[in-house]
Amino acid sequence: MNVAADKVDPIHQFHLNEIFPLEIGGYDLAFTNSSLFMVVTVVVAGAFFYFSTSGRALVPSRWQSSAEILYEFTASMLKDAAGSHGMKFFPFVFTVFMFVLTANLLGLFPYFFTITSHIIVTFALAMLVIGIVVVYGLYKHGFGFFKLFVPSGVPMVLLPLVVGIEVISFLSRPISLSVRLFANMLAGHITLKVFAGFVVSLSAMGAVGVAGAVLPLAMAVAITALELLVAALQAYVFAILTCMYLADAVHPGH
Amino acid sequence: MAGEKGPGETGETGPKHQSKGDIRDDELEHRRRRLEAALAERRTGGIEGEGKAKTGSLSGYGQAFKLSSEFIAAIAVGVGIGWAIDHFAGTSPWGLVVFLLLGFCSGVLNVLRSAGMVAGFEQNGRKPGSKD
Repeated sequence: MNVAADKVDPIHQFHLNEIFPLEIGGYDLAFTNSSLFMVVTVVVAGAFFYFSTSGRALVPSRWQSSAEILYEFTASMLKDAAGSHGMKFFPFVFTVFMFVLTANLLGLFPYFFTITSHIIVTFALAMLVIGIVVVYGLYKHGFGFFKLFVPSGVPMVLLPLVVGIEVISFLSRPISLSVRLFANMLAGHITLKVFAGFVVSLSAMGAVGVAGAVLPLAMAVAITALELLVAALQAYVFAILTCMYLADAVHPGH
Repeated sequence: MAGEKGPGETGETGPKHQSKGDIRDDELEHRRRRLEAALAERRTGGIEGEGKAKTGSLSGYGQAFKLSSEFIAAIAVGVGIGWAIDHFAGTSPWGLVVFLLLGFCSGVLNVLRSAGMVAGFEQNGRKPGSKD
């Protein structure tokens, strides 16, 4: 591998490297750097809540109050979207939100792998959400769940067309949900890497280059701040859309 | 003057103190109410305008991204369904044609829905699309 080319190749950061290979029944189940960072994400999020809530003071410490803020933020988000019936999904929504948020934020560290920049990860999360919506909706409401696809007040003639459109619209939800998170993270990290690469290649060109490298360096700093915002915002968007889709499962069409 | 002032003052010190206390309580109550009103206003404004304010600070980038991903996802699903029907029923190319067009329709519907211009899936009074 060419080390110098790796430094400026903006895609290189998304490479999957096998840490130790594993094959079960013909499936490649190798433990990759992506799996490693998923484990790290879970451990970091879990440790954060374990240690921040271990004090349980009446007057919360900084760690405890940040954990409480996250809890109350998610709880009020879910309650606003799905009502008090939706609160049974709170553990799920909170887990998804914390996983995505922690993964996005960990991805901002240099040399860290961003698991949410791979569409299969975000798509698996989105399919989990939609799967829960469909399964719970069918379990709770039976065929009444399909009223979701039949808007009221539509003439019989137009009904097949409208139902088709609504079904496609429903099926497009996991795709738009996953593509949005994935593409935001991918685009942000590529942009960051490109500007950082400019700094490296410009500063290799002598004194003038070093002077010129200040501009992309400033840009890289600014984009890092923007990426911090995007990381939090996309986790929020993912969680709030999860809440809204769960609301459809809790109360379809009435 | 002095005689008037003396009893006036002594007579009023009690009630004056009390009324001062009342005023203070009233004032506090009033302030508290104003603060609550302001907080409530800010809170609803925050919830309604949260996405907008945040995407606004990203200069419409987030908004554009959201709408385009909604649109493209619906078309992709339409094409996928159409292709699958053709593949299994052998009706090529009609399934693809019909479902591509349906996909376009639901893409437009998705975009209008997430822009908050059309009611959401549910037909009750919940605010459509205001939450994402």
